[in-house]
Amino acid sequence: MFETILTVSLLILAISTLAFVYRVVKGPTTPDRVIALDAIGINLIGMTGIISILLDTDAFLSVILLLGVLAFIGTVAFSKFLEKGEIIENDRDQ
Amino acid sequence: MKTNDVIFQTTTKVVLFIIVMFSIFLFFAGHHNPGGGFIGGLMTSSAIVLLLLAYDIKTVKKILPINFLTLTAVGLMIAVLTGVGSFLFGAPFLSHTFDYFELPLLGETELATAVLFDIGVYLVVVGVTMTIIQTIGESE
Repeated sequence: MFETILTVSLLILAISTLAFVYRVVKGPTTPDRVIALDAIGINLIGMTGIISILLDTDAFLSVILLLGVLAFIGTVAFSKFLEKGEIIENDRDQ
Repeated sequence: MKTNDVIFQTTTKVVLFIIVMFSIFLFFAGHHNPGGGFIGGLMTSSAIVLLLLAYDIKTVKKILPINFLTLTAVGLMIAVLTGVGSFLFGAPFLSHTFDYFELPLLGETELATAVLFDIGVYLVVVGVTMTIIQTIGESE
């Protein structure tokens, strides 16, 4: 019973990831694609959590935090590229 | 146009310490759990990359006055010295050992010489990643 619930929620997350993939491919502007990729990262975190419950292991728990940090840094880097045109500035006060 | 990053910079000040603590946790978890020098070093350098994104190369150099090429060399030196150190005990190159010690605060703790080798890996990964990113960022 419990495994069925987990499998169904995994399926729902997979469908929502597919919907985000549609937004990445179709999205008319670049910010749409960046937001969709960020949300795919968050969906991956949820899937990792559910799969680690299904496999009955706590070995993947650090992967969850890792994906959160990487999704944050990636989205911030892309936003800064869209806003300022360069990712790492030499001197901010110029 | 003068842009203002006050939300991003305040978030960075909080998140940075969480990422650094997480990288130290991953580094020390490596002996018995997933983790180790490689992923710990990558997390530390991603913390520094977050600092580079929120501020600029000049400020980060003022905060962390480290020459990352020297850091790479020091890491390689530590890794080689742990291998050479096994000659002192008449063991083959890169032989590692461990033992249990009574530490004042932690109680009985397993200390392994493989951690010293892992510190070398950690420093090399941080040094190489930051050298690559800073070299690309500095070129105009």
